[in-house]
Amino acid sequence: MKKLNGVAASRGICIGPAFQFLRIELNTEKKDIIDTDAELIRLNDALNSAKNQIEAIYQKALVEAGEADAEIFQAHKMILDDPEFITAIRTRIENEKINSEFAVSETAKSFAATMAAIEDEYFAARATDIMDVANRVLRALMKIAESPTEGLHEPSIIVADDLTPSDTVLLDKSLVLGFCIAQGSATSHTAILARGLGLPAIAGVGDEIIKVLSGTKLIVDGTKGEVVIDPDTQTEQIYRQRLETSRNVQTEALKFAHDVAQTKDGVEFEIVANIGNVEDAKFAVENGAEGVGLLRTEFLYLERNSLPTEEEQYQAYKAILDVFGDRPVVLRTLDVGGDKEIPYLNLPKEMNPFLGERAIRLCLNRPDIFKPQLRAALRAGVGHNLKIMFPMVATLSDVRVAKAVVEECKAELTAESIAFARNAEIGIMVEIPSAAVVADQLAKEVDFFSIGTNDLSQYTMAADRTNPKVAELSDAFQPAVLRLIKMVIDAAHQEKKWVGMCGELAGEPLAAPILIGLGLDEFSMSPPFIPLVKQIIRNLDSQDMIALAQGALALESPKEIQQFVKKEIPFIGEIIS
Amino acid sequence: MKEARVLVNNKVGLHARPAALFVQTASKFQSEVNVSCVDPKEDKLRTANAKSILGILTLGVFQGIEITITADGADEEDAVKALVELVENNFGEEA
Repeated sequence: MKKLNGVAASRGICIGPAFQFLRIELNTEKKDIIDTDAELIRLNDALNSAKNQIEAIYQKALVEAGEADAEIFQAHKMILDDPEFITAIRTRIENEKINSEFAVSETAKSFAATMAAIEDEYFAARATDIMDVANRVLRALMKIAESPTEGLHEPSIIVADDLTPSDTVLLDKSLVLGFCIAQGSATSHTAILARGLGLPAIAGVGDEIIKVLSGTKLIVDGTKGEVVIDPDTQTEQIYRQRLETSRNVQTEALKFAHDVAQTKDGVEFEIVANIGNVEDAKFAVENGAEGVGLLRTEFLYLERNSLPTEEEQYQAYKAILDVFGDRPVVLRTLDVGGDKEIPYLNLPKEMNPFLGERAIRLCLNRPDIFKPQLRAALRAGVGHNLKIMFPMVATLSDVRVAKAVVEECKAELTAESIAFARNAEIGIMVEIPSAAVVADQLAKEVDFFSIGTNDLSQYTMAADRTNPKVAELSDAFQPAVLRLIKMVIDAAHQEKKWVGMCGELAGEPLAAPILIGLGLDEFSMSPPFIPLVKQIIRNLDSQDMIALAQGALALESPKEIQQFVKKEIPFIGEIIS
Repeated sequence: MKEARVLVNNKVGLHARPAALFVQTASKFQSEVNVSCVDPKEDKLRTANAKSILGILTLGVFQGIEITITADGADEEDAVKALVELVENNFGEEA
């Protein structure tokens, strides 16, 4: 038995066999051949099989991830159909009498080099596409399993260096118990995916986990950020019991998922979901979401070659808004910066991307990005309860300028006689300490706040939550963070504005009593957490929680605060064990 | 042989989705179809196979560049007409 620590990336426990998600090295050694006709037939078979594979992935991505994400595979198909590329491979085989593997690999390299030589990130991305396609053809030639997930036949814990979006498309989600990632972080793609699916995940475990053989029993504790390799019977027994308890609690909570979250003394709280696409939207409704507190729009911009058009965004937002009818949907405008790989935005590399030109700062400097998104959102909001939210607001001027751009878009739409949501509420994320400190001023400018506790914690504590060494500091239960949260809620209520929370703290069972006591109006979380948080709220008395919150905020550390809540409200401690 | 010149006026030029649409359209015809343009940096004429996505991309046609489309074969007339229309309609994008 051995334990490794990492970053807690998605809550929960899972026990099961490890499945190593590996990429196999391909052998492309040069070999002389005699029968070029036979070699060309072999090449042809491999090309056809690669085409079929790509078509299948494309169709799967269309259903699971939507058209924008699937587009990349359409590009792969076109490369395989490219007459120049294919003719170049054939000519090499015929003229040089060499094997297909070498011809494919050399031709792909030379085409990729031409692309890469053009100093433009767009072409660099195309070079990667060419190599991806070539590797697929090589796997077909060598009859190597189509994907790294071949062989995943029983529910397993996925172990990998890190996973890319195209890797996760390949995964059969019904066979995934959880994730254990050597690199990565709490904000990586895998972590967000895991939270969306309600599966436990830990990241940043280190390279040692990669050496574990597939089939080895693992326990992943995504709440603590710990993985147990080959556990002894006693350890497994303890975890099995915890798993059993939490399953029972979840099943019980799910029965009442669609009932409102009303405290014992009759105060109702709004429980909504954090989502990133249409699939999430449907999942959120199943779990009892009363709307959306955070619609991440980044999905529209990733894994593609150019900015999504206004029309494309309009369709995507409308599809999501349609799922929720007249229930509220808070759309967050683009939240990216130098750390996200969006080659076509041509963002310069920054020393500190999290302190750089990101989110609203980028959007205010780039009307070509910001305005089409705002126009698309305003248009899609017709007949729905759309709210628009700006991320990473630091100053009063950020909000004022952003609001002016919204007004500009509205004026344009009016002039073009295009219908749009005239009364969409405008709000901001409070995730930078400066915004929390001047929340009283900001509250006058907006219709609502949504507190982003993940960033608020890391900016307040000056601790990178993706760095396992200091991740513990970056904890929303830190007294400093909780006091800021109180300031924000009080400032908003002073101006009769509502306050939501879309950071992880909102879905945290131990935080619910404190947040109720502080008067938070709306809780937004990953859909799987909704039933449990609703259940907890139903068992609380809102008046009692005011006193509890006061007591909690007077304590001195995250640990003391959590223990205090557990002591005061024993049933929560029991269900989260 | 049929030939036509047309100004590429959409935002991204012959890249990304417009490039894909262009190649897909050209591939519908039997004729051999080529695209050429003057590379503004080197001031020389460059030609690419209109049915090759990699060829079209490396041609580097940005907004405001004039291209010459030539087709040779049984359906050369239709091929040139279809491609010119596609470019003139800005690939269905907003200009």
